[in-house]
Amino acid sequence: MSLPEALRRRPWVGWVLCAVALALLPFLVEAGLGRTWVRILDFALLYLMLALGLNIVVGFAGLLDLGYIAFYAVGAYLWALLASPQFDLHLPFWLLLPLGALVAGVFGLLLGAPTLRLRGDYLAIVTLGFGEIIRIFLNNLGAPINITNGPQGIAGIDPLRLGDWSFGRTQHLLGVALPATHLHYYGFLVLALGTMFVCIRLQDSRIGRAWAAIREDEVAAQASGINTRNVKLLAFSLGASFGGVAGGLFASLQGFVSPESFSLLESVSVLCMVVLGGMGHVAGVVLGALMLSILPEALRHVAGPLQQKLFGQVLVDPESLRLLLFGLSLVLVMLVRPEGLWPSPLRRPEKQSDEATAAD
Amino acid sequence: MLVRAHLSIFLQQVLNGLVLGSVYGLVALGYTMVYGILGLINFAHGEVVMVGALCALSAMTALQGSGLPGFAVVLLALLLAVLACMALGLAIERIAYRPLRRAPRLAPLITAIGISILLQNLAMILWGRQYHSFPPLLPVHTLHFGGASISTVQLAIILVSGALMAGLLLLVHLSSLGRAMRATAENPQVAGLMGVNVDRIIAVTFAIGSGLAAVAGVLVSANYSVAHYYMGFLLGLKAFTAAVLGGIGNLAGAMVGGVLLGLIESIGAGYLGDLTDGFLGSNYQDVFAFLVLIIVLVLRPRGLLGERVAERA
Amino acid sequence: MALLEAFELSKFFGGLTALDAVSLAVEAGEIFGLIGPNGAGKTTLFNCLTGLYVPSRGKVLVRGENLTGSKPHQLVAAGVARTFQNIRLFGNMSVLENVMVGCHQRSRAGALGAVLRDRATRSEEAAIRARAESLLDYVGVTGRASAAAGSLAYGDQRRLEIARALATGPALLALDEPAAGMNATETLALRGLMERIRADGVTILLIEHDVKLVMGLCDRVAVLDYGRKIAEGVPGLVQRDPLVIEAYLGGAPA
Repeated sequence: MSLPEALRRRPWVGWVLCAVALALLPFLVEAGLGRTWVRILDFALLYLMLALGLNIVVGFAGLLDLGYIAFYAVGAYLWALLASPQFDLHLPFWLLLPLGALVAGVFGLLLGAPTLRLRGDYLAIVTLGFGEIIRIFLNNLGAPINITNGPQGIAGIDPLRLGDWSFGRTQHLLGVALPATHLHYYGFLVLALGTMFVCIRLQDSRIGRAWAAIREDEVAAQASGINTRNVKLLAFSLGASFGGVAGGLFASLQGFVSPESFSLLESVSVLCMVVLGGMGHVAGVVLGALMLSILPEALRHVAGPLQQKLFGQVLVDPESLRLLLFGLSLVLVMLVRPEGLWPSPLRRPEKQSDEATAAD
Repeated sequence: MLVRAHLSIFLQQVLNGLVLGSVYGLVALGYTMVYGILGLINFAHGEVVMVGALCALSAMTALQGSGLPGFAVVLLALLLAVLACMALGLAIERIAYRPLRRAPRLAPLITAIGISILLQNLAMILWGRQYHSFPPLLPVHTLHFGGASISTVQLAIILVSGALMAGLLLLVHLSSLGRAMRATAENPQVAGLMGVNVDRIIAVTFAIGSGLAAVAGVLVSANYSVAHYYMGFLLGLKAFTAAVLGGIGNLAGAMVGGVLLGLIESIGAGYLGDLTDGFLGSNYQDVFAFLVLIIVLVLRPRGLLGERVAERA
Repeated sequence: MALLEAFELSKFFGGLTALDAVSLAVEAGEIFGLIGPNGAGKTTLFNCLTGLYVPSRGKVLVRGENLTGSKPHQLVAAGVARTFQNIRLFGNMSVLENVMVGCHQRSRAGALGAVLRDRATRSEEAAIRARAESLLDYVGVTGRASAAAGSLAYGDQRRLEIARALATGPALLALDEPAAGMNATETLALRGLMERIRADGVTILLIEHDVKLVMGLCDRVAVLDYGRKIAEGVPGLVQRDPLVIEAYLGGAPA
């Protein structure tokens, strides 16, 4: 019995193989490429959560949000303020995580409520302005009352902690040493998978259909009985709360936050992941997020040394090369494949008929 | 005595606001013209301003030792910058917008963001990360009156902006090209049927807007004496705000909105500290533009002089 | 009490008067036709009645309840559903999903239910699906349930839009030129469908250009010209009204 046949007979075998591969991945990556790359994986999973959250707003509901990173910032700073020496508060993660989701969700409503009437590019500009406002405040709330520490940011943030188990240092489980990078990988993986699950379920539901209807034609959606205000606000606040959770995790992983991490460019990067992968298609967005968070890192590691070898010096700094390619890929994808690399096939509600044709 | 001092501070802030606002208005014209005709926000317009400033800078530096009088060098550099930006504007239209004229609305916006990032980073590679100072080619005097002061550069900014604005209004309302532009803005299909070459009109619109952006870039760099690869982003955003404030699609509105935004920023930032008891300082200046934008779009989406935009957007 | 009533509705756009104090009352169970030359204000009236426009003056009453200025979804909740002259489907959603969207108003599941898929959500979802499928059969769009709505033939798109409107469970269905662009056979089938919808207890308000269709189908018609109502009554009488003849002959030099 060949492997593909075995997989067809017992679909769970495939799932088990996937799970094993995902579980072993950090060890394989560490052995092959070094521990830095496990950390890159950690960040890729964070971006994955962010991109999925933005996809709810942009991909599902069709509301172009260019200030999405603000919610990431809100989540990150909330964690930083409540679990660091800044105010000498050290709240536990099981409180911080839902709190981050809640507060970011409220910020989502704050952004959503006044912008309900706006469409398309106007919404984009206003959300962009909102993102910048948040960043300017983070940058300046260091004085006269020091809340955010201004441009210096907040350091010494507590790592994730499950009881006595800190994700910040190496732990031993069944005789296997799990360094901090690996622990974060597993933690983030669980949350990222959870996020995917939630997104897929949301998409194929009454709410998901209402979002899609608004995306396709807002007037027709209203005329079909959808209260577009509520449904849009739900998209804004849900998307924002995903961003808030990812932000909190970011703060705990880094141990440090500063306004610099939440520039417009970050918003655009996350948007790129969504657009490049395929707006509204969860699998496509996952692909886009992984590609755009891992490839540029690879580029960073390759571009410098390669230029050194070819020209004897680094002509173009890898960071601007990365951005250059970002810009270029946005333009090219829109011109050549406006629907993204892995767009959503038209979802098929009647699975029976599909199976019937497949059996023929 | 105290009142006099207050008054002169106020006057100074008004003057600063006017200078700032003229530049915003000049850039806002580019946004508003393109929006009027294509109904889309040319997100990359701010970067055109930046390219204009940096091109002029390079031209000035190159020509500085040529023995030409300073005045000629400045004019020549300005001309080169305008030409370069017109070409850039045409290229942007051709690459990022024309193929997507029938695409969903978000598509051209995303290509525009892409172009914007592309230009920023190309500029960074070409001109580097550092701030470039403009060579002092022309003598600068400062005029004083009523306790406030204004430099000749600032005066020139206000005059040049005003003249360009008046010229553009004349062009649009009196020439046959202007008539074709207005017809295209009204209804491209019908204009096409009436024998207007719509593609050409759109290209001309981009060229004019980009030329104005180049001038604005030179003016703003002359005012602050620096140019920088990142200068276009915030300036573009504020100019867009100005266009929305005045009523996007409306030329006079762009200028009015620009001046108004300049005044709001300069006066608002000046008094913010007093108003909030020192809690918020002038470092929040940039927040004003965004707050104004949000408030205008929410309360009066058609802007002060413009048509209704919320439905069209 | 009339099912849907317009009371002296006016709508101004800038200086232009698109509707000038139009009153009409649609009684439950009838098919009410709205005709008039192009630009007479029929669609404006429709938009005011279905919440897309806020009328400048006058009132919209549903079963005597004042719903002037209500949002479209509130009018849907009150039992007024509509279609559009230039078909507005959700083009990239499947045919079945288009109809399922119409069930939104009459179902409850929220985000939490969507994620947890508890028993109540599952049964509601199954009910929505069954209802949508039966409505597709009802309007005669069969075998294409999983295709993209935008890929349907023109006549099917019109029928799908009717199915979506029916999915909201309306007491009154407002159809804006449903026969536009249809050939004679399709128009005949559409007429059969409208008669069946009425027989099943749904009142119909119909804008139509096809005078033959309107005269043959409607119980009563109102005629609009330049934003004013110039005639109302049973089709036979309205057809002979000199004002109506004048409006049509004067308005359409052909």
